[in-house]
Amino acid sequence: MVEVLIPPQLRRLCDGEEAVEVGPGTLGEVLLQLQQRFNGIYDRLCQPDGRVRGSVLVLVNDEDVRFLRELQTPVCSGDSVRLIPAFAGG
Amino acid sequence: MSQSNGFMKALKCRECGREYPLGATHVCEFDFGPLEVAYDYERIRQSLTRETICSRPQNMWRYRELLPIAGEPTVGAKVGYTPLIKADRLAARLGIRELWIKNDAVNYPTLSFKDRVVSVALSRSVELGFKTVACASTGNLANSVAANAAAAGLQCYVFIPSDLEQGKVVNSLVYGANVVAIRGHYDEVNRLCAEIAGKYGWAFVNVNMRPYYAEGSKSMGFEIQEQLGWQIPEHTVVCMASGSLLTKIHKSYQEFSKLGLVQSHGWKIHGAQATGCSPITTAQKAGLDFFKPVKPNTIAKSLAIGTPADGFYALKVMKETGGHSDDVSDDEIREGIRMLAETEGIFAETAGGVTVGVAKKLIAQGKIPADSSAVLCITGNGLKTLEAMLGHCGDSRVIKPSLREFEALLASDQAEVAG
Repeated sequence: MVEVLIPPQLRRLCDGEEAVEVGPGTLGEVLLQLQQRFNGIYDRLCQPDGRVRGSVLVLVNDEDVRFLRELQTPVCSGDSVRLIPAFAGG
Repeated sequence: MSQSNGFMKALKCRECGREYPLGATHVCEFDFGPLEVAYDYERIRQSLTRETICSRPQNMWRYRELLPIAGEPTVGAKVGYTPLIKADRLAARLGIRELWIKNDAVNYPTLSFKDRVVSVALSRSVELGFKTVACASTGNLANSVAANAAAAGLQCYVFIPSDLEQGKVVNSLVYGANVVAIRGHYDEVNRLCAEIAGKYGWAFVNVNMRPYYAEGSKSMGFEIQEQLGWQIPEHTVVCMASGSLLTKIHKSYQEFSKLGLVQSHGWKIHGAQATGCSPITTAQKAGLDFFKPVKPNTIAKSLAIGTPADGFYALKVMKETGGHSDDVSDDEIREGIRMLAETEGIFAETAGGVTVGVAKKLIAQGKIPADSSAVLCITGNGLKTLEAMLGHCGDSRVIKPSLREFEALLASDQAEVAG
């Protein structure tokens, strides 16, 4: 299974969960599985054109998916996905 | 609006406009857009005049209506009002009619512009009841949070990349702060801090306190306008790490214009980065509205943010104002530091070398015209980044305590000049 860590900003939408488990696939498929469980989460993470919002950092095993294959990044069983608000730091 | 919030009205999402209470929170739950402080400008207009400002002590809080705290500042009351120097010798070297240096290398108390943002963030943290403050930092911010927290009696954790310059590490440790060095680059430190901030009830100045923190940078722009005789400079060159400072200098010009404190006319804001970490300048030069993250590799460690939070907004400001940007190599950064030191007697840190180096390029390219006037924002002190200059500005010459030896040395110098 794949562990997805939920940031505080999305926990109200995710029944208060800090982490949820979904099946492997591409990152896009992982996010669609989240959408099936928590209606509305996909739109909060992705723009209407289907790309990950610039305001969210999505990390697969600690690497920013923009350095990988974005929504096509493979996510295997045992991998972790972290969702982090991008507007921090500096 | 409640009087207890001072001149603030709410936190507002910069993307969708949703409003949030004035608490310790930094992004919108719906689109992760950054939250910004919304002000009651009508009340500010009645309270803030040139006369009022001039009657107040010379520190950043003389513009307090435009800084996001509810009451009086409790942390960093003496920060700001750094010198604006007319830099004629550097102007001649760079080939421009008029040049000014806004010198935050001597900001109080920790010698960088970060004292501005920290005094706002910690004053607001105290108002919100926090006892522990923290930050993710490339060095200067850690120094400032550590010092100002010590002076305010607050518990403090600062998180830094483990490869920082020694001066910046010691300058945090000396105040008794808990300094946590992370094996990774700044962007990784930042992500960790975003997660820690979500888990612990601390005031992370540049995470959950960021809407207040970032506003402190405006004071640098307010001071520039006042010190120029209530004028907005034609050109302003600002170094970019997250890009936040550049956007807030722009906002300070907009706010003073809106309030009638200065005559509104066009201004251009230009951005500067190191070539080894240039996601924003690369995008700007390519005419893009968005940047591609990079893995930093530069001696300008204070600017080494590969995923700049405000990169998108910095690009927008440069586009809207007709500004440009460029980036400089490590050698050009050192040359910039030396030029500023040799012509104006100001020793800036590596970020200052970036600003001077990029100004030189933009003037040479005609993007800042030779017959114009420009302000360069110098944000930090060279004493904190000595490693960058060691071995790059000559060596002292050692002689015996002997007049004969000194005269021999002098004769050799004179022969060199004559030759």
